[in-house]
Amino acid sequence: MNKPIRAMAVFCLVLFAALLLNVNYVQFIEADELNAKPGNRRVIDEEFSRERGAIIVEGKRIAESVPIDSKWQFQRKYNEPKLFASVTGYFSYIYGRAGIEQTYNSVLSGSDNRLFVNRIVDLVTNNQPQGGSIELTLNHAAQQAAYDGLRDLGSKTRGSVVALNPQTGEILAMVNQPTYDPNELASHDLTAVTEAWQNLTADPTQPMLNRATLLTLPPGSTFKPVTAAAGIEDLGLDADSKVRGGATLSFPGISYKLTNQGGGNCGGNPISLERAMAVSCNVSFGWIAGEVGQEKLFDQAEKFGFGARPMSDLPSNASRVNSDPAAQLEPPQLAQTGIGQFEVAATPLQMAMVAATVANDGVLMKPHLVRTVRAPNLSVLEQHEPEEVERAMSVADARELNDLMVSVVTNGTGRPAAIPGVKVGGKTGTAESSPDRPPYAWYIGFAPAKDPQVAVAVLVESAANTSDIAGGRLGGPIARSVMEAVLR
Amino acid sequence: MSDSTPGTTWVPRKRRGAELGLLLLAVLIGVGSYAAVGLGIDGTVPPGIYTVGFVYALVALAAHLAVRKFAGYADPILLPLVVCLNGIGLTMIYRIDLGLEAGNSPYGPFAQGQLRWTILGILLFIAVLIIIRDHRRLQDYTYSFGLFAIVLLVLPMLPIIGSAKRGAAIWIQVGPFSFQPGEAAKIALVIFFAGYLVVKRDALALAGRRVLGIDLPRGRDLGPILVAWLISVGILVLQRDLGSSLLFFGIFVVMLYVATERPGWLVVGGILFALGTYLGYLAFGHVQDRFSAWADPWADPDKNYQLINALYGLGHGGLLGRGWGLGSPESTPFGFSDFILSSLGEELGLAGLMAILVIYGLVVERGLRIALTCRDAFGKLLAVGLSLSFALQVFVVAGGVTGLIPLTGLTSPFLAAGGSSIIMNWVIIAILLRISDQTRRPAPEISAMSRDEDTQVVKLS
Repeated sequence: MNKPIRAMAVFCLVLFAALLLNVNYVQFIEADELNAKPGNRRVIDEEFSRERGAIIVEGKRIAESVPIDSKWQFQRKYNEPKLFASVTGYFSYIYGRAGIEQTYNSVLSGSDNRLFVNRIVDLVTNNQPQGGSIELTLNHAAQQAAYDGLRDLGSKTRGSVVALNPQTGEILAMVNQPTYDPNELASHDLTAVTEAWQNLTADPTQPMLNRATLLTLPPGSTFKPVTAAAGIEDLGLDADSKVRGGATLSFPGISYKLTNQGGGNCGGNPISLERAMAVSCNVSFGWIAGEVGQEKLFDQAEKFGFGARPMSDLPSNASRVNSDPAAQLEPPQLAQTGIGQFEVAATPLQMAMVAATVANDGVLMKPHLVRTVRAPNLSVLEQHEPEEVERAMSVADARELNDLMVSVVTNGTGRPAAIPGVKVGGKTGTAESSPDRPPYAWYIGFAPAKDPQVAVAVLVESAANTSDIAGGRLGGPIARSVMEAVLR
Repeated sequence: MSDSTPGTTWVPRKRRGAELGLLLLAVLIGVGSYAAVGLGIDGTVPPGIYTVGFVYALVALAAHLAVRKFAGYADPILLPLVVCLNGIGLTMIYRIDLGLEAGNSPYGPFAQGQLRWTILGILLFIAVLIIIRDHRRLQDYTYSFGLFAIVLLVLPMLPIIGSAKRGAAIWIQVGPFSFQPGEAAKIALVIFFAGYLVVKRDALALAGRRVLGIDLPRGRDLGPILVAWLISVGILVLQRDLGSSLLFFGIFVVMLYVATERPGWLVVGGILFALGTYLGYLAFGHVQDRFSAWADPWADPDKNYQLINALYGLGHGGLLGRGWGLGSPESTPFGFSDFILSSLGEELGLAGLMAILVIYGLVVERGLRIALTCRDAFGKLLAVGLSLSFALQVFVVAGGVTGLIPLTGLTSPFLAAGGSSIIMNWVIIAILLRISDQTRRPAPEISAMSRDEDTQVVKLS
């Protein structure tokens, strides 16, 4: 009987080998996948019990973990919560994470592979494991100025402000209104957290939406610099070139006519491109769009960043010139596209990128929010250097457009953003979406015009006084105070 | 080796000293783990560490002395292996008690009961060694054991004492005591199969048709295997116990194969197994649930909460584990019994879980070694049957909780909380040691003497 017994010994060996291989698979190969599953309470509990790294702006901790006497040993605390909520996001036991808390979770929680050695050292020395820290590019004064500016328009105002450093792509300010207090979601009182979450998600104004990077709306006249860029690049226009003016732009065989806002005639026909820009003449830019053609216009917009997700530090949506880039537009549709209507939809971040590119001699820099990623022992894990995305315009053409936008502020619609002693470029916009809702007010600008330090985009979706929306009046002062805060 | 020429007779070493040394190590692992749980949870060594350590060392020592006295030539490794497993199991149950208590769970505590059952199990172990001085005596009661096994299997289905828990009617309840007679039935069945097959194996070994190089048995010999199959299916149908059903049939097929040396029986058994599984799958919702949970646990996270939680625990444990008392195994339902292996995987990590599986593997292979060296057919079959029952049970339960195969309701021997399981496993080890002692004991002096005499001498006195 020994032969079958030996066979059974081999059989048992196979059974146990299968068990051993399988536990290796589950605990080693599949472990990361299991740990990343949503609803894995063990991992969430562990993260909550660990000292999470801080999020830092100009040396100050805007989010930090403080020891607390609770089931979990640390409480996530947001200092100036509403001011930075759009950027930090939240860290909640029940509802997970958002914002930088989400994108840089592996470093903040200390589970990042680059922190492996730190974890081993902590294990051996019996230290509490710690997370790494994230230093942001934000400028505290600019952030505060943007926040105050939107707040001063009234509590019912919905809007967003983004400011960039045109030369580096660093994000200097990113503010939304309405906003929320992430401390309410990070609380260890889970009943209160649930209640807060339900209130926030039920709110029709969407306080947790990061409007700056996710909300795409028609940019209106702030799109005109893009159309102008196409005209300058492809038609060789300059400030003095004569373009179509007058009260209406008509199309052969179609009764529709493109008109100017307020029904004016832009001061004659033809007019100079400089004047067209200064008075934001719809007829002129509708005409330029037609002259340039759909393909060149769309190409120019893409060079400014349209059609691609602009950043990786936060979730962001791509802006678009048309819902279907391959569609062949009719002439009136193309003309409307040229003035930022029809199907053009852009995020505030995208419009800030347009202003920044013009200011930076035509080079689009990649927007980023994180400057330095550090290990718990403060050694640098990542240092984000300025990254060039694309040259959107030649230097000379960009300077031409730069001058045009400066003249908008010195003697055009952009006057409210003027800063004494500083050359400021800008463009206003008022976009219509549908008749039953108020138009959106936009403002984009940069300063100083030579050696630019800041580019800004302001979006006011609706203000308490909705009848009075015009980009310059509402957005201009906010843009100015943000730019002043950076330059000061 | 059986050649007993004087002077060259192979006398196995008893190695009881080695057993004592290994036993000391096993007890140290258990008590050390107990201390580590306290350190992990409260930061201090748990109260009563000396009492617990002393009691555990004492019962282990008692088991060792019993082996030394009543089975001096028995395998020296088996006892330390199972003492180690039992200690780790007790510690994990104690650790989960603390976790459940901290979470204000209505369950528990289980550790004290488990310690009592362990002591009872070791006492039974000693009793078996004392009472059964020669395993061949068991063969005389072949059919009594068969009948006993059937009675044990039927008990849970009787009114009043029968009790169903978690969908499986495999418990009997007498007053506050609940007992799973299936564990005892398993041993009785193995003894019955061994006795029966020793007698019938020649007839069953006759080959019928040859298909693809394998001799299939004759049709008229299929009777016993069909009966075994029907009993297994009966268990599945009447008691909803997938694990035991699979286990009983597997043991029978393996023993039939070993007894007859005909691989054909494995083929027949395999076909019947596939058929039974398929019918069970078609007929029972709970079997289908087990299969779908195995195929993709996340398809229904609420229903498969337990398995998913166990997998999360294993993943969170990773290579080295969270450490005693530092994971959250209490969050897996039945982490102290059916899912104790995943609890251990969480706190001791891949390294610890693999060590435990290897200990199981060593128990099985030592058992099969006893079967190999055993000189009588009944002993061989008995040892194979007990070892294989152990191996299949470990495979089914460990494979189930780690997602290798569908879950079935079997317990991890020596680890899981459960009185009937722990004491019956101690009985299995006692029987294996008894066979081992018989096998390695040198032949009596008398045989050497009779060889010396060329002519038969009749002693007159």
